[in-house]
Amino acid sequence: MAALTTPSAAAPPTPRRRSGQARRREAGAGWLFTAPALALVLLFIALPVLMALWVSITDWRGRGSPFEPGVPVVGLDNYRQLLAGGGLPTQDLGTALRNNLWYVLLVVPTQTVVALLLATAVNDRLLRGRGFFRTAFYFPSVTSSVAITVLFLFLFGASGAVNQVLGWLGVNGPNWFADPDGVLHLLFGVVGVDTAPALLAGHGLLGVSWWDWLAGPSVAMSALIIMAVFTTSGTFMLLFLAALQNIAGEVSEAATMDGANAWQRFVFVTVPMLRPTLFTVLTLGLVGTWQVFDQIYTLGNQGGPAKTTVTPAFLSYTTSFTNGQWGQGAAIAFILFAIIIVLTLVQRAVLRER
Amino acid sequence: MGTTTAERPATTSPAPEPERRARKRFRWTTATSYTVLSVLALVYVLPFLVQLANSFKTDAAATADPLDLVPSPVTTGSYVQLFTGLPFGLAATNSVVVALSVTAGRVFFSSLAGYALARLRFRGSSLVMAAFLAVIAVPPVVLLIPKFLVLNQLGIYNSYAGLIIPLMADAAGVFIMRNFFASIPTSVEEAAKLDGAGAFRTFWSVVLPMARPAVITITILSFQASWNELSHFIVASNSPDLITLTKLVAQLASGGQGQSNQYPLKLAAALLMTVPVAVLFFAFQKKIMSTAEGAVKE
Repeated sequence: MAALTTPSAAAPPTPRRRSGQARRREAGAGWLFTAPALALVLLFIALPVLMALWVSITDWRGRGSPFEPGVPVVGLDNYRQLLAGGGLPTQDLGTALRNNLWYVLLVVPTQTVVALLLATAVNDRLLRGRGFFRTAFYFPSVTSSVAITVLFLFLFGASGAVNQVLGWLGVNGPNWFADPDGVLHLLFGVVGVDTAPALLAGHGLLGVSWWDWLAGPSVAMSALIIMAVFTTSGTFMLLFLAALQNIAGEVSEAATMDGANAWQRFVFVTVPMLRPTLFTVLTLGLVGTWQVFDQIYTLGNQGGPAKTTVTPAFLSYTTSFTNGQWGQGAAIAFILFAIIIVLTLVQRAVLRER
Repeated sequence: MGTTTAERPATTSPAPEPERRARKRFRWTTATSYTVLSVLALVYVLPFLVQLANSFKTDAAATADPLDLVPSPVTTGSYVQLFTGLPFGLAATNSVVVALSVTAGRVFFSSLAGYALARLRFRGSSLVMAAFLAVIAVPPVVLLIPKFLVLNQLGIYNSYAGLIIPLMADAAGVFIMRNFFASIPTSVEEAAKLDGAGAFRTFWSVVLPMARPAVITITILSFQASWNELSHFIVASNSPDLITLTKLVAQLASGGQGQSNQYPLKLAAALLMTVPVAVLFFAFQKKIMSTAEGAVKE
């Protein structure tokens, strides 16, 4: 562009006007080209966020429009009731956060490690049937969460395929999706701790005692955790695979010459070089796992058994659409939004290149 | 990028002395890794084989022997019931209409905007860019309630427009296209421009055809995303005429009516709804998998 404008300064006035015209034309086209995408994004992402922010400070009950003058504005009451009210809304939110926190804590590291190991394995150029293995590991990623939940409901049924396999190994499998027991509570039970120590039972956060925070994911939630790893590890495997192929083989070869064995090469050469991809995978994982909704909806037991599969996203939905408390439902959505943003920032700070 | 690795010779032959020991160890480790990988592959593939087999069983057989991969007796009852007793055909039609429209819209609008942001100079372009970046951070689940409010205000609740248009908003697609256009040389379009072609002509007949790899990428992503979408359809409509496959199958799964669990029926429905994305995957498998092998070669 610069090359085009410089000569026009010395040239007669007509071409200069034309270049100004051309520039104006280009600017017009620029706006015209971006307008549809921008309008869509503003109308269906930015505007809804603002509207919901408004609803979250009202007590709109779903009748008429939330922007009519009669709708009671309650300020931060919805947030206060959820975070400090101590009643059922607080308890439900606390339970939902507890459930989802365990889900995140278990799914994100597991899927990342599994994806990295799978990628390393299928990246091996000497491996025969690489294509087959890649396809096999990636395939679950293309299915919808609805379809995969239906399949897992069947596999993890009381007398389903998984329990049959466990039966061959002499293990009496649980009735997965109907079992509300916390996995950690079950483990505590094995070492003889069946009831809550007074210290943990008497105190808590968000209406949930520390003992219940420490319950771990319920058996039902564990099945969903397994499902999440099963379906997403393939996607992330592809990301790692792409990164692995971009790492020059020479680096690894040089390390071999230096006498590093395969494991040392992996830990000290490959993994550090994968840092940017690792960051992407962890971020996507973190953001994705805090948004569990489809699976819970498909299970169809309203976040049961005993509310142990309720997630904040699902709670926000039922609070609004089932109970008609739109203000509170919107407030839950924003609390979730805040959690995701804060955690993403924390993660970025922790993983930043030093 | 990455092309260098593909062309490197397989292995430089090692020095003669440690060769035998190395080969022995090599054999042992390969055997182990093939075993481990095969078991893992079985874990990933078997559930779908179990699904396929059980969708052809009777309720009783599926409950009694879920792991039996050969149904006996074989029955297509579930599939018949899907189309005769349930609105599966209607839901499939709706899903096709929605997914194709959303995909077409996303590809067109994202590449237009991506091209403008990469190539055209206009005041405010950095502001537009910032707007796209900001909305990328909004988690879709947070939008459930507010989307319902907007659709109501616009009066497109319970309409195809309400199902389709909001899903066309796709900031990520804009970035994919922008980055692609930024990575290809400008020379061809400059030539077109000198020939007097307008911005849209240049875009449509010169630039877009060059962008095939990126267009394929967002086509796959968009189709898969809109085909598998559930939450938006839940909040955008409640009319039985606008039911989509995800909604139908989710309702089918959660509706545990009667004594029988109807597993074969549910599995058949889930299987059929997976077919289009599976076909798309296998059709573009090379392209999808070679995000690995040498990026933009095409």
